[in-house]
Amino acid sequence: MLLYILKRVLSAISVVIVTLVASFALFFFAPTDPAGVICGPRCTPERVADIEASLGLDQPKAEQILLYMKGIVVGREYSTGGVVRECAAPCLGYSYTLGQPVTKLIGAALPVTVSIVLGGAVVYLLVGVLAGTIAAQVRGTSLDRFVVGTTLVVQAIPYFVFALLIALYATFLPDSGYHPITENPFLWASGLLAAWLTVGVTNAASYTRYSRASMIEALGQDFVRTATSKGISRRRVVYRHGLRAGLTPVVTIFGIDLAFQLTGAIFTESIFNLPGLGQLALRAFGQYDLPVLMGGVLIGSVLLVVMNLVVDIVYTFLDPRVRLG
Amino acid sequence: MSDQTPGAPTTVSRVPRESAAGEEAYLEVTDLQVQFPTADGLVRAVQGLSYSVPLRRTLAIVGESGSGKSVSSMAVLGLHDRRVARITGSIKVGGREIVNMSDKDLEGFRGGDAAMIFQDPQSSLHPYFTVGDQIMESYRAHNNVSKRAAKERAIDMLNRVGIPNPKRRVDQYPHEFSGGMRQRAMIAMALVNDPKLLIADEPTTALDVTVQAQILDLIADLQRDFGSAVVFITHDLGVVAEIADDILVMYAGTAVEHGPVNKILGEPLHPYAWGLLESIPALTGEPQPLHPIPGSPPSLLAVPSGCPFHPRCEFKDRVPDDWCTTLRPELVPRTADQGRTSRCHLKEPDKVFATEVLPRLP
Amino acid sequence: MTAATTPAKSGVRSVPGAPLLELENVKMHFKAKGEGLLARKTQWVQAVDGVDLTVQPGETLGLVGESGCGKSTTARLITRLLEPTAGQIRYQGVDIAHMSERKLRPYRREIQLIFQDPYSSLNPRHTVGTIVGTALRTHGMVAKSGELSRVQELLEVVGLNPEHYNRYPHEFSGGQRQRIGIARALAARPKIIVADEPVSALDVSIQAQVMNLLESLRKELGIAFVFIAHDLGVVRHFCDRIAVMYLGRVVEEGPRDSLYEKPQHPYTQALLSAVPDIGVVRGVPPKNRIRLVGDVPSPVDPPSGCRFRTRCWKAQDICATDDPALIERAPAQRVACHFAEPPAESILAETA
Ligand SMILES: Nc1ncnc2c1ncn2[C@@H]1O[C@H](COP(=O)(O)OP(=O)(O)O)[C@@H](O)[C@H]1O
Ligand SMILES: Nc1ncnc2c1ncn2[C@@H]1O[C@H](COP(=O)(O)OP(=O)(O)O)[C@@H](O)[C@H]1O
Ligand code: SF4
Ligand code: SF4
Ligand SMILES: [Mg+2]
Ligand SMILES: [Mg+2]
Repeated sequence: MLLYILKRVLSAISVVIVTLVASFALFFFAPTDPAGVICGPRCTPERVADIEASLGLDQPKAEQILLYMKGIVVGREYSTGGVVRECAAPCLGYSYTLGQPVTKLIGAALPVTVSIVLGGAVVYLLVGVLAGTIAAQVRGTSLDRFVVGTTLVVQAIPYFVFALLIALYATFLPDSGYHPITENPFLWASGLLAAWLTVGVTNAASYTRYSRASMIEALGQDFVRTATSKGISRRRVVYRHGLRAGLTPVVTIFGIDLAFQLTGAIFTESIFNLPGLGQLALRAFGQYDLPVLMGGVLIGSVLLVVMNLVVDIVYTFLDPRVRLG
Repeated sequence: MSDQTPGAPTTVSRVPRESAAGEEAYLEVTDLQVQFPTADGLVRAVQGLSYSVPLRRTLAIVGESGSGKSVSSMAVLGLHDRRVARITGSIKVGGREIVNMSDKDLEGFRGGDAAMIFQDPQSSLHPYFTVGDQIMESYRAHNNVSKRAAKERAIDMLNRVGIPNPKRRVDQYPHEFSGGMRQRAMIAMALVNDPKLLIADEPTTALDVTVQAQILDLIADLQRDFGSAVVFITHDLGVVAEIADDILVMYAGTAVEHGPVNKILGEPLHPYAWGLLESIPALTGEPQPLHPIPGSPPSLLAVPSGCPFHPRCEFKDRVPDDWCTTLRPELVPRTADQGRTSRCHLKEPDKVFATEVLPRLP
Repeated sequence: MTAATTPAKSGVRSVPGAPLLELENVKMHFKAKGEGLLARKTQWVQAVDGVDLTVQPGETLGLVGESGCGKSTTARLITRLLEPTAGQIRYQGVDIAHMSERKLRPYRREIQLIFQDPYSSLNPRHTVGTIVGTALRTHGMVAKSGELSRVQELLEVVGLNPEHYNRYPHEFSGGQRQRIGIARALAARPKIIVADEPVSALDVSIQAQVMNLLESLRKELGIAFVFIAHDLGVVRHFCDRIAVMYLGRVVEEGPRDSLYEKPQHPYTQALLSAVPDIGVVRGVPPKNRIRLVGDVPSPVDPPSGCRFRTRCWKAQDICATDDPALIERAPAQRVACHFAEPPAESILAETA
């Protein structure tokens, strides 16, 4: 068991390193002129050279990668035009357009996105799994048809339309905005409510359908019949024996979804004006803020890998057959 | 029994049991009908099935797949979804009527006085819970005891069904057990509440012969100790001969022959039973050609009129007036022997068997 | 060897006087699923581990044994769906064990396989005519114009209505589907058919129908069979010779009658003794039975010496150290046991 997790962690780390090198290569070998872009329209060749030196762009590519990696581990310094800027480990680069280390920018944006995504996940998991399980239990009845019909309608509405509808019409909701949970949990929650609702409801439809399909299959299994034949209550049969098996495929989907939502909550963040990762990336993209983009890619890939790892580990708890040794 | 050390062969000799009619029935099924309305039409899975089993006796239900064996026995435990299955007739277990029992009462009944073992121990045990957990759950559903006590009981039961090292095994998952061990664990789970009625639905079909032999011995042993009534479903007549006191032969959702095992297997009276015996290759003697029953079992969506066996029966021409195709025979004694019944119009079936069928049995 | 072979038009070479099929010390070791990055060493499933078998033209060899003993793997080796880890598979004296796919083609035609599961071995989207016709075409058996009539002829041979050639597999019952599988195998005009549990999934009455069909094919077409089943009655009914497998090995092999009446290997004796017998109720005296204890060990780590020793009641010290060879103990009956001997009394109840 421990060996298994260790093995998974090791392979996850290697995937992150590969992604790191790959994304680095992608940006730095691209036929672009980052220094020129950063420098802006009124630029002199000296300034470009200065920026290039500070970004390390004058070094050989391999050295740049090493430098970047070293920065992640021990931190580094950037000096432009005589100004020395400290970038503490884990240093992911320095944003010239915002004048801040990337780590700090991401560090500020990440909690926002995580709050949105996790809060939304709580909503859609609760609603989706419960509705799906109930629908599976009453399969074929009008209640089941109603649930399935509702999910179809909700799924037919594009995500951003739904978000706009909430933003425009759900005016009874508290104003949205981000307040760190550490400062005021109540404000934090109320500011995120609209976003949670959007993420929650739109995803709840698909989770209802996954859970329903998965539960129908689980409830048809022989071991569920065995459980029934023991004389335990129907509720216990469904929620202990059925759900335990039916949840497994949902967990897999959830893990993947979560990773994508963490990196792609752009709409929600823009519409509800929440300064999350998506917003940060969007802005960086517009201003060609290379260090921020790279940091974003890195964080995104780390999140994906970590989520996969978490799913795998959760799996070992769900399904003992996965536990090796 | 739990001795699993290598090099200890067990030699068992089995003596055929005496028939002991006239005992009070513990399970009594009367005119049971189970139907499933489906998109293709009404599936008449069980039609007019009646039988009874007293305590300490084993009834084997035999028949080909799709003949309604599982559907009828699941009805005994009230395992059918009422929104899917239409059930009429009567099923009395220890005097209690099951057919119209409320869900609440059914929960108390299932797994307590009546328990069931299923065919495939691999899929019938929950893969995510330990074997001990699953046995304990059964026990605690019917006994108000602590987890500790339930675990003690589970270990006891595992030991009782011959699982070595039960203290360690109790905390293992089904996938850590071999096929035979899993079936032993299923049996332990079914018997944990000392049921008076045990229904075993093809409990050895998925197992190898040497393991099957172990499990048959175990069930016979346990029945002797627990004194329960056993309904043993199988399609293997050899297994029937080993384990049963009485046989019920099912065809197309109904009983076609019923009686003590030595009579039904020694001198069957129904052409379907004859066909089955003529299809089984013998283990001794010069191999004889097989005489299979022609055709295949009917769809239960359209059970043939009259005698449901008539499309495949080579004796129907002996019956006058198209009775076989128009008139459904009753399950009644067909010879002077009152202890057995069969559902066939054919006259003097005992003579037909002796003169025509017996000589060509494999 | 090449000098002795005579090439035939079909592309199948043969050594005169060689048996139709010969397996010599054939081994198939599968890599066990990875035990993790830090696993000590790779483990091998010794699914088949040194099997010797011979089949003469027109002969039927039965292969019995409990699940997991390597029967299906043997079948897939003979039909060369698997390439053996070691050993020779000689067809008419020519080793096909490592033959290239291109050279193998003509052999594939002569060695056909029938599967256990009539449901999953037929493509559900193809009509019966297409399924059988494809087999004809693959092996270039008939001209395009004659294909349909040959398909219908084959359907008739296996007892299906030739008019049903344009139906799909799901429109047939289990027994009929098995007949389609047989028709497909026959399309290639094979010399040998490897039948892997062809009747195990069928009900007794249907099983008897299919057995009679196979029997008549054998008699009329002279096809040799390797017939795999776990039902000892079925195997006895169909086969001239029978090989009993245990944990990847043949432990006993011999003519039908001597094997069933005078089995010499303890495992064969236990296996026969475990078969439930309807004779009991017909006044046949009850037989004494041997009950094996425990389970079959894992093929990943089989016991040293005799593989049966962990469950054998006759085992001595030598059984743990010396692997018993498969040697002739009675005419044509070979047994792999240090203490092989016929049972004191018949294992099977005598019929009156
Ligand atoms: N829920 C169901 N809906 C429709 N038909 C069913 C259902 N359950 C069982 N049947 C049908 O009932 C018949 C009898 O099945 P079963 O009792 O399982 O046969 P067996 O004798 O093999 O145990 C079969 O034809 C099966 O298709
Ligand atoms: N492709 C494979 N990879 C790993 N193990 C295999 C593979 N195929 C078969 N085995 C193993 O080889 C052994 C023999 O299998 P098989 O030949 O299918 O037995 P049988 O047909 O006698 O039941 C079993 O332990 C099985 O798990
Ligand atoms: S009633 Fe007629 S058709 Fe039915 S089994 Fe008897 S003889 Fe055959
Ligand atoms: S060699 Fe030894 S262990 Fe193997 S079967 Fe013979 S007596 Fe038993
Ligand atoms: Mg069944
Ligand atoms: Mg197999």
